[in-house]
Amino acid sequence: MSLDAIPNAIEPLPLSTKPRNVSALSATGTLAWRAMLKIKHVPFQLFDVTITPIMFTLLFTYIFGGALGGSPGVYIQFLLPGILVQTIVFITVYTGVGLNSDIQKGLYDRFRSLPIWQPAPILGALAGDLFRYSVAASLIIGLGLILGFRPAGGPLGVLLAFGLVLIFAFALSWIWIIFGMKVKTPESVMTTSFVFLMPLTFASNIFVGIETMPGWLRSVVRHNPVTHLTSASRGLMHGGSVTSDVLWVLAASAAIVAVAAPIALRMYHQER
Amino acid sequence: MGTTTTLTTAIETEDLVKTFKATRALDGVNLMIRRGSVYGLLGPNGAGKTTTIRVLTTLLQPTSGRAIVLGHDVAREAAEVRRKVSLTGQYASVDEDLTGFENLILVSRLMGLSWRDARKRSTELLGVFGLGDAAGRQVRTFSGGMRRRIDIAASLVTRPEILFLDEPTTGLDPRSRNQVWDLVRQIAADGTTVLLTTQYLEEADRLAERMAVVDHGRVIAEGTSRDLKASVGSNTLRLQLARADQHGAARAVVSQLLGDGFLPDSDATALAIKLGDAAIAPDVLGALARANVALAGFSLGAPSLDDVFFALTGRPADDAPGEPARTKQKEQKS
Repeated sequence: MSLDAIPNAIEPLPLSTKPRNVSALSATGTLAWRAMLKIKHVPFQLFDVTITPIMFTLLFTYIFGGALGGSPGVYIQFLLPGILVQTIVFITVYTGVGLNSDIQKGLYDRFRSLPIWQPAPILGALAGDLFRYSVAASLIIGLGLILGFRPAGGPLGVLLAFGLVLIFAFALSWIWIIFGMKVKTPESVMTTSFVFLMPLTFASNIFVGIETMPGWLRSVVRHNPVTHLTSASRGLMHGGSVTSDVLWVLAASAAIVAVAAPIALRMYHQER
Repeated sequence: MGTTTTLTTAIETEDLVKTFKATRALDGVNLMIRRGSVYGLLGPNGAGKTTTIRVLTTLLQPTSGRAIVLGHDVAREAAEVRRKVSLTGQYASVDEDLTGFENLILVSRLMGLSWRDARKRSTELLGVFGLGDAAGRQVRTFSGGMRRRIDIAASLVTRPEILFLDEPTTGLDPRSRNQVWDLVRQIAADGTTVLLTTQYLEEADRLAERMAVVDHGRVIAEGTSRDLKASVGSNTLRLQLARADQHGAARAVVSQLLGDGFLPDSDATALAIKLGDAAIAPDVLGALARANVALAGFSLGAPSLDDVFFALTGRPADDAPGEPARTKQKEQKS
């Protein structure tokens, strides 16, 4: 390979400087920049984030919409805020997948041996994930609008709903960070996650109202944070009372972060 | 330790122990490495080389014992150590999705360079490392030798006081290996202390002034390569026999001439003999020819790590399962 050619005599190394202190914010920003570059170089990683939700929206709207909501046009009003929740909740797992592959490749050894604020690589990656969530959300809402979704809450309602979903996704990501450090391969992060994500999203009111379910299931679904997130996101998009659901989601998110983040950061500091 | 020793000492460890569940990866490692030198940690897979480096670069906490790097305790002053050392791990620790240039910018920015300086320094390093043409390509398209170079370049964005290189030439073709050797010499000439691990005595011999032989988490020998080679015998004559059934005859001829001096054979048609003096080699070959022992080939060379191990421990260097399990899928061949 001609590009492999290297001059026989390597030039003398130019004098280099001493490392300077980097603020936590600057280190996190740099690592967020890295996350964006990865998306730029491997746009395929956006495939899951874009194609799956589009397929789900179309499938449920047109195949099940008539049966579940009377007609696709009616059902999509109910479905769309829920599909947004489901999509974002599902792709939070990529936080763990990405972290795991960085660890396996030895990249985190370098980050951990650098004189930077130690949580920066994790937070930088999370910032990249937020971008991914935004892409997915814009696509779903855009597609919804084309298919006849008409949010009564207006753009502000939609934005608030998306903001709330982001907060919950950020919280959930910490759980995948723990998984990402625990398991051996990125693939097993994926596999393990489905065991949790399937019940979490399907045992909720995303696709059908809670009142259609048998009593025992209802009490389970009612305590699923995803149910509250979906109700809140519906309420915000369509206009309706949301206070208790929003508070529920915020409390659940805070609780997850309060428990998972310290564990994750502790594991990150420790050896592997 | 006093300030006078820290001025001249780069690394000092005292009874360093690291256990992973059942395995004792480091079993009381004592090292004293001077500043401004290239030091080699020599040993087979699983001897504890990587674990030692990971402790010294603050990636692992020692179970017991002490490690002082540039005057700072690695367990208690990790941040200070990180500021002064750089690590190039066994598996290229660069982002494969990013280009070579972007990888260097990333590390430059994390080391506190401005965007402008980061671009300048990255371009400079890519040129020096012969990667200028590949700067805009994703690292995943790089050959093994190129990856190793970009990885070392990333460790030199700022000037570390100590550079740790974990098996810098494993999996490289001879040409890439020579390039890495040149680089290491230059980095050392620049005043940086280099600690490298290797499985090859030849590599330690060419680069390091002093070296420690590590086995089962312990240092079993320490000194200059001359010291180590002296313990083995300065030269090894390797004979490749044309016929396996003449192995006994060949041994008999050699013992008659030299007494003992056999090193462990690699296979049935090979014979390795320790020579006190290289000048005896022609006599050995002549005696074999007179005895009608047919040779397929022969070589006269410096002893290998296997020979050193045999001399030190009485057994060949085996791959001990001591190191923590890391995925080996990243092993690169160029």
